[in-house]
Amino acid sequence: MLKISPSPHIHDNVSAHRLMRDVIIALMPALLVSTYYFGLRILIVTVVSILTCVALEYFLGKYALKSKSTIGDLSAVVTGLILAFNLPPTLPLGMVVLGAVFAIGVVKISFGGLGCNPFNPAIVGRIFLLISFPKEMTTWVKAEGFNTAWSLPADTASLDAVTGATPLGIIKGAMAAGKDLTEVFAQNDFNYLEMLFGKIGGSFGEISIIALLIGFAYMLIRRVISWHMPVYIFATVIVFSGILWFVNPARYSDPLFQLLTGGLMLGSIFMATDYVTSPMTKKGMLIFGVGIGLLTIIIRTWGSYPEGISFAILIMNAFVPLINRYVKPKRFGEVVKNG
Amino acid sequence: MGSTILVTVIMLVALGVVLAIILYLVAQKFKVYEDPRIDEVEAILPGANCGGCGFAGCRALAEALVKSNDMTSLYCPVGGNATMRATAKILGGEAQTKDPMIAAVRCNGTCENRPRTNQFEGAVSCAVMAATYGGETACTYGCLGRGDCVVSCPFDAIHMNPATDLPEVDEEKCTACGNCVKACPKIIIELRKKGPKGKRIFVSCINKDKGGIAKKACDVACISCSKCFKTCPYEAITVANNLAYIDFTKCKLCRKCVEVCPTGSIHEIHFPPRVKKEEIGITEN
Amino acid sequence: MLKTFKLGGIHPADNKMAALMPIEDIAPEGKVQIFVSQHLGAPAEPIVAKGDTVKVGQLIAKSTGFVSANIHSSVSGTIASIDSIPDHLGIRRTAITITVEGDEWLKTIDRSKEIKHNITITPQEIIAKITEAGIVGLGGAAFPTHVKLSVPQGKKAETLLINGAECEPYLTSDYRVMMEYSEELLIGVLILKKALNVPKVYIGIEVNKQDAINKLKGLQSKHQGIEIVPLKMKYPQGGEKQLIKAIINREVPSGSLPIDVGAIVHNVGTAYAVYEAVQKNKPLIENILTITGKNVKEQKNLNVRVGTPLSSVLQKYGGLPKNTGKIILGGPMMGKAISNLDAPTQKSTSAILIMPQLEASRPKPSTCIRCSRCVSVCPMGLEPYLLIRLAERKMYDDLEKNLAHDCIECGCCIYSCPANLSLLDYIRLGKTEVLKIRRSRK
Repeated sequence: MLKISPSPHIHDNVSAHRLMRDVIIALMPALLVSTYYFGLRILIVTVVSILTCVALEYFLGKYALKSKSTIGDLSAVVTGLILAFNLPPTLPLGMVVLGAVFAIGVVKISFGGLGCNPFNPAIVGRIFLLISFPKEMTTWVKAEGFNTAWSLPADTASLDAVTGATPLGIIKGAMAAGKDLTEVFAQNDFNYLEMLFGKIGGSFGEISIIALLIGFAYMLIRRVISWHMPVYIFATVIVFSGILWFVNPARYSDPLFQLLTGGLMLGSIFMATDYVTSPMTKKGMLIFGVGIGLLTIIIRTWGSYPEGISFAILIMNAFVPLINRYVKPKRFGEVVKNG
Repeated sequence: MGSTILVTVIMLVALGVVLAIILYLVAQKFKVYEDPRIDEVEAILPGANCGGCGFAGCRALAEALVKSNDMTSLYCPVGGNATMRATAKILGGEAQTKDPMIAAVRCNGTCENRPRTNQFEGAVSCAVMAATYGGETACTYGCLGRGDCVVSCPFDAIHMNPATDLPEVDEEKCTACGNCVKACPKIIIELRKKGPKGKRIFVSCINKDKGGIAKKACDVACISCSKCFKTCPYEAITVANNLAYIDFTKCKLCRKCVEVCPTGSIHEIHFPPRVKKEEIGITEN
Repeated sequence: MLKTFKLGGIHPADNKMAALMPIEDIAPEGKVQIFVSQHLGAPAEPIVAKGDTVKVGQLIAKSTGFVSANIHSSVSGTIASIDSIPDHLGIRRTAITITVEGDEWLKTIDRSKEIKHNITITPQEIIAKITEAGIVGLGGAAFPTHVKLSVPQGKKAETLLINGAECEPYLTSDYRVMMEYSEELLIGVLILKKALNVPKVYIGIEVNKQDAINKLKGLQSKHQGIEIVPLKMKYPQGGEKQLIKAIINREVPSGSLPIDVGAIVHNVGTAYAVYEAVQKNKPLIENILTITGKNVKEQKNLNVRVGTPLSSVLQKYGGLPKNTGKIILGGPMMGKAISNLDAPTQKSTSAILIMPQLEASRPKPSTCIRCSRCVSVCPMGLEPYLLIRLAERKMYDDLEKNLAHDCIECGCCIYSCPANLSLLDYIRLGKTEVLKIRRSRK
């Protein structure tokens, strides 16, 4: 029997499943680097987070939304993975589960599931944990070298790792104490090259800039995301913090430091670009990106938390419906250019 | 300690009073006079906001009823005569009385009667399908079976029968609001008189092709043979564009047309079973 | 840097498998069925009756208005009936059925292969001849050509663009015309140029047809005022507005026609038909038809008479391949899936594309993940994800505000939607409604 459908009759065979799979692949280099530095416990945290997200998506989708199961498109896996990346390596597993439950249950499913949530589930999950467990969420292990430990932090002693503040935390403390930042930088001797490769304390997915950039490149090649949003965020951060730093290097950190530390890379490449919670048009992406960049630096400099990217993304998420409503794509024939 | 609480309470109460006064003044200043009868009428109306009356919702109809001096041009098909009488009591006008109506699906092209020749795979929507091509069968007039009428019904009164792939109207629930009539791109559904005890007769086909072509496409199509037209004692039947149509205002439910129709495209509903003259002597299997 | 349009667009695999097959003539046999409406606009009025004998090229139905076109007999024989028959979509329309008897052409038609270079007649005469020959746009929409050539008062044609982009995958008929009738085509273009009295003509060809570009460039010097423009491969480059943007970098504003920016676009197939009509007195009675598809054994480019049943053309080459899932008239992006194989070809039929079962099914739709791919591929700068929501809810005012009526129905949105939503299906409905509302307002 012949099949009939309106045109077009071909499809590029890119499914939501394939896009999400590519995001997962793009996150793998960062996961490997983290495992190298923080030990195999990273993998346990990751697996727990993913399993909780997927299980919750399945059961809530089935019994609460009563809709077709959406776990096949892997979006819950991506949420679980990114949530785990935003956690410190030492976080107790119970808290990981709690974060995942909040991310999927409250932020995603309660708004209607895939495609309907206004906020990025992983980010809200992380912020929920940060506010609920400020101590555990800011206990950082410094990445030193290859690590094979299975359990943390009960077994901290057996590690080659020392707990300590992240570079952003150190700077924040110094700024709060009114110290001259040029001196603090000189004392701490931050090695930007080591930061690039992930030898730095922090949430475990955010540490290696190189690994994240590899993921970015992979996603660009596979056309999963466009370059616009991350680049807009980077550019805004560099320009804005550059101006501040130029005006007074004793009060403000330099742009390269801002770019290489904390979750900026992870946030702008993998979390700001989340399809559901980002604008639909290129112009909208510009507003969104610049907003995130500005807010990140503002929170990092004047806020009470050392890191601001997740708050920045969350705040801008709230503006997305507004941006989509008022920022329209460039229409064909809008500007009549004759010649 | 005690004074702090006291001061707080006094402050809040004072604040509340001041704001209440402001609110009252503002409400007075911007008060819009509304005929209280609008609310009364709206309370009587069914509240389904189906749009069957031609207005945006029950409130809009209530406003129109109250404003107009003459009620006869306005009618709520859902509430029916009882509602209109109650409305008339409030407004003091003359209520319009109409025969109760029901949606009739004028297609009997089940999978057996009307074999499929192709399979549609676009969006699940009759409107999309009708805009795309002639349809899954050789009949280009009949039901497309994608359920636009089901979606349009605010009363959950029309459903697809999976066995026949045709919509079926739930007589208990149907209010003759007419939404399905508007939703059907093929204009298959028609509002017809419900009839005494639900008895009604209609031509369940709208195929305007010539007899041979229609019959080839569908076993139960109207082939415009005009037998019903000739049989009808009340001139209720017209045949135009290769299609018979029964005017329900003239039909006296004599059932003669049903007997003569060679393809069985005229349907009778809620009639007692006939005395089977012809079938006497035929063994039932 | 190769020229192309700027906004949106996609790059489907071009699959031009029939590109190397030369055009073969198919002799008419049995019967042909010629619809009286094969164009946009009013149907033609039959001027023959049952039992009449006709010759090839004889007028059998006369145009009934300005936007309408003459219909000519494509065979010689006897009129068997004038009745409604189902077309390729199963919808019944009036057609003239002719029983083929021999192949006798009207004496006025010059059937020699000799190429006639000199354009001797005036622009008015050219347009009259084109009107007489019933030529319609062969790019797909079948808009009567003489209407496009009659520039409305107050407007001025500055540039003529010839569409040789053939950006749809699988299609090769324009390419074959450019390769096999290069000279005739260029003369046809010059005729159009003369009729419009424009100084410059551009022929836009996508670079996957390098042979055609080279061949036409080689002949360019002989024909003054024609420039061949190689274009970057991108769908929908053949769209009128996209082609104008690509070649002369002008944008047709929303709700306007190409003539409003001084441009007129014709297809290469049309230009060839114009050559035949003006220089050879031959009306539009044949079309170049590609038979192609992934499991089609013999890829073909055929020259068939208008009105030949599709099934008989297919039968000649072994019928339908096994596991045929879908048959499309035209390309895979904008062609129409057909339900009736017995339907005849029409003037603008350019290809029969046969899709295997596996490829034919549309993937099941899931949920919109707001990936914004549809927005970035839309060549008109619209927001398909928003339009489908508005169209599903019948919010026509908002649809108009969001320019649903600008949609060119290219299908890029469905092509690239990872959730397989039926974006265009609903947008098309909404667009039709919006256009109705806009027309009623005028």
